[in-house]
Formats: sequence, structure tokens, C-alpha cells
Amino acid sequence: MAGLASLVLADARFPGGGHVHSGGLEEAVSRGAVSDVESLGSFLRGRLRTAGRIAACFAAAAAHRARPAASHERTPRGEGFDEGSAREVPGEVGRGPAADAAAPADAAAPADAAAPADAAALSHERPPRGEGFDEGSARDVPGGGWGAMDAEFDARTPSAAQRAASRAQGRAALRAVRAAWPSPVLDALTSAHRHPHHPLLAGAVIGHAGEDPAAAARCVGYLAVSGPASAAVRLLGLDPFAVNAVLVALGPDLDELTAEAAALAAGPVADLPAPGAPVLDLMAESHVRHHRERVRLFAS
Amino acid sequence: MISFDPTVADHDHHSPTPHTGRAVRIGIGGPVGSGKTALVAALARSLAGRVRLAVVTNDIYTTEDADFLRRAGVLDPQRVEAVQTGCCPHTAIRDDITANLDAIELLEERFASADEGGLELVLVESGGDNLTAVFSRGLVDRQIFVVDVAGGDKVPRKGGPGVTTADLLVINKTDLAPLVGADLGVMTGDAATIRGELPVIAQSLVEDPGAGEVGAWVLEQVAAVRAAV
Repeated sequence: MAGLASLVLADARFPGGGHVHSGGLEEAVSRGAVSDVESLGSFLRGRLRTAGRIAACFAAAAAHRARPAASHERTPRGEGFDEGSAREVPGEVGRGPAADAAAPADAAAPADAAAPADAAALSHERPPRGEGFDEGSARDVPGGGWGAMDAEFDARTPSAAQRAASRAQGRAALRAVRAAWPSPVLDALTSAHRHPHHPLLAGAVIGHAGEDPAAAARCVGYLAVSGPASAAVRLLGLDPFAVNAVLVALGPDLDELTAEAAALAAGPVADLPAPGAPVLDLMAESHVRHHRERVRLFAS
Repeated sequence: MISFDPTVADHDHHSPTPHTGRAVRIGIGGPVGSGKTALVAALARSLAGRVRLAVVTNDIYTTEDADFLRRAGVLDPQRVEAVQTGCCPHTAIRDDITANLDAIELLEERFASADEGGLELVLVESGGDNLTAVFSRGLVDRQIFVVDVAGGDKVPRKGGPGVTTADLLVINKTDLAPLVGADLGVMTGDAATIRGELPVIAQSLVEDPGAGEVGAWVLEQVAAVRAAV
């Protein structure tokens, strides 16, 4: 069921720093690839089915694992919001491998330095495969839990610029999220990486607030296109009513995506889909390079 | 404090966010071309050696801007962070201050372990905006609003939150007043009327390249904010 958290996170007025990112749209505009409502629609559909699909699936998986009473009945629902006592609760999300001291370093290394292939190798070598990390067995797996999910997301995001943009948005939203939904889940997530990927953060918050994985997928999938759509209005001066209609026309695609993400949420993270979008990857890289050479109005 | 909640009879429990030794933050806002970047450069020059400062700029930041500060020898590029505002300069300083807070944190972390000590002052320069722009109190401790005589001598009379509520109003480029037919007396008079007790400084960076009066005000504010910790 959808609730307040997914509404707030999807609201353009949520103070999480989202308005400075264009999801590659600024670069597409500067190259002439997007110049009107029609080309914007095509850009958004492509983004939703690739980057948006990955983000939605990871948000759903994160929401599933952050749900307060989903798989550990011993955690009273109210306690999840009290940092001190929740730390003592056996089976609380993040008390598994991701919270181990060694895990953050393992998870962080491929994120920033090594090739994405390494990240994939890492998580396959030390598999979260087959286990949601609520289960006891995952606790013995270094790099499991949030750390493994972080690495899996990295592995599906070959552009370093996009990985950085995703972490920048996670970091940015963290400030507002901590103020609104203080929770031990956030500590566990940030112990895996201090700047979590945005879909993981959003999914964790939505799940911990008691919403289902589908709500997380819908929220994050929508954000994958609503940000660039708003950027297009600002950069190209497009008719806001027409742009809004284009967004709404993506409804069936978003429904499909949400259903898929919800169906996969409880399964192994390593098996989540990994669609590629080479042009978006290249544009993200190109955007960063142009930042150094001439003016850019958006951070990504 | 007025409570709008009819069910609350208790006093307001809200208290300001405590300072934790962080740098004092002063916002510098104002319309395009009013001289914000020039004021930042002047302050960086005149306050160097007296206060450890860094700058966050929300202006459309080009390599020319960076070069301007570097060439003027006023600020090490390490001390400048640029924020991209996604075409919404007022959002970035008021409604969603996240990108600016991230930039300030980055600067504070960069200089946290510096030999000479951490940052004492961060100047946050807004992108050029209109008269309704104002900084969030969650972002800055004090704010300066900069207008200039060439923008028309009716600007202070028009008011807007920048002119009416900023902790300091600076009327810039006074040397141009006779050239553009602006009546400086009208500007300062209107400003005083609309702002009451709040201070107004009229200055010309041509005549005073170090922005002496504004610099003195800034140092006072740094001392006052730090003393209030």
C-alpha cells in the first residue's frame, strides 16, 4: 500500500537536492538530441526502461528488506524508530554482514575505484545470492546485506559519473530523510557506504515506513523521469502542460515496471535486472567533462 | 512565539540548532549584475589573514569566474566551491538548501585538518535573482542583499524580502549614480524607511576596492555569531 513516505519523497518540493540533477537531460539538450516534447517523450521512455527500471527494482528490494515486521516478528514495529533499542533487536536489518566492520570497505572499494566488473565479481564471490539478508545465513557472508546491494547497484551502473550522481542524490536526500524518519535502518545503510545510492535510500525509507515494495518501485521509477521532465521545462521552456501529459502517458510503462520490481523484491539481489543504456552512460560522462570546459546548469 | 495549534497550551519547545564549532555562514544575494562576485572578491582580499574563509558560489560559474578570483590573487581555487542550481537559483538558497549545505560541508571537511585551523567564515553567493530572493535561515547565519544604483533608484522602494529583511543592504556602484541619473539620496532614504533599524551601506568598489565598511560589518557578525554559540 502506498503511504505518506513515498508521496513525500516523490514530491518536487521535498528538500532532498533533486532539483539540481537532470538525469542526463541537460547533455541531451545541449547535443540537440532532445529539443521538443516528442523527443523528450522518447528520452523519458528510454530512461524509464533502463536506469529507471534498475532504480525501481533496487528500491523495491531495499523496501522489502527494511520493512519493520516483514520477516522478524520479534521486532516490535514501534521499536524500529528508536535507535538505541533497535540496535539490540536480533535480526534487525543491517545487523547482518553489512554492519560488519570489514563490509563498508569492501563495498566502497569497487564503488569508487575499481571497474564495475569487480563489483559484480565481489558480490558473486561472496554471494548474497539466494538470501535476502533478513535470513540468518547471510550474516556469515562478508559483503552481504546493504553492502552487497550497493555493489550490485554499482555493477549495473557502468558510468562513473552516474554512480557519482546517484550517490550525490542519496547523500543529499539523507539530510532530509534523517530529520523526518530517524531510523536504525539508515545507520545500517550508511555503514555500508556513507553516501548511499538514492534508490537504496528511498526504498529503505519507504519500506521502513511500512509501505510495500511496489510503493517504493513506483516512487523511484517516477522520480527517474519526473526530474528530467522538470529539467526540460526549465532548459527548453517547453509547455509545462504538454510535458506533464508526456509524463502521465508513461503510466502503463511505470505500472509494468512496478509489478516487475515488486515480484522480484524478495528474491536474490544478484538476480535483479541489469538493462544497459550506453548512450545515457556516455552522456553522463560527457556532461561531467563539459562541466570543466563550459557552463552547465545541472550537477548531472 | 505564536502557536497556530489550538490544542497546544504549552510553550514552544523549539530552540535554534546548536553551533558545533562550524564556520559562520553569510549569504550574499541580489539581482544579476549588482556586484555580488565583485563584493566577494573584495571581501576575500581585505579579510585574508584576518579570518579563515571560503566561498560557495551559486552563480553560473564559468572558468572565467574562477580565473577572476585566481587572477585577482584573492582566493585559492581550493577555497571556492560552485553549486549547480538546476536553473533555480532561489530554490537552492531557500526552499531546498541541500546542494549548498553539501558544498559547505565539503569545504569544512577539506580544511578541518588544515595547519592554520578550520574555516571560520563561509560566504555563500547566490545566483543572480530577483527582489523576492532570500536565504533560508537553515543555510546562513546572516545575509547581505546587494543592489546597485544602475539598476534604478526605485529598487529599495519596491521592497521585497531581500531588501526589507536582509541583515545588511548594500547599495553598490555609487560612483555611477551621476552617470545613470540615479538619486542616491532617494535610494538610501527609501531603504531607511523600508528597513527601519536594519543597516544600509552605500559603497563604490572603485573608490574603496577593499569594501572596508562591509568588511567591518562582516567581522562584527562573525564575532557575534561565534559568541552566541
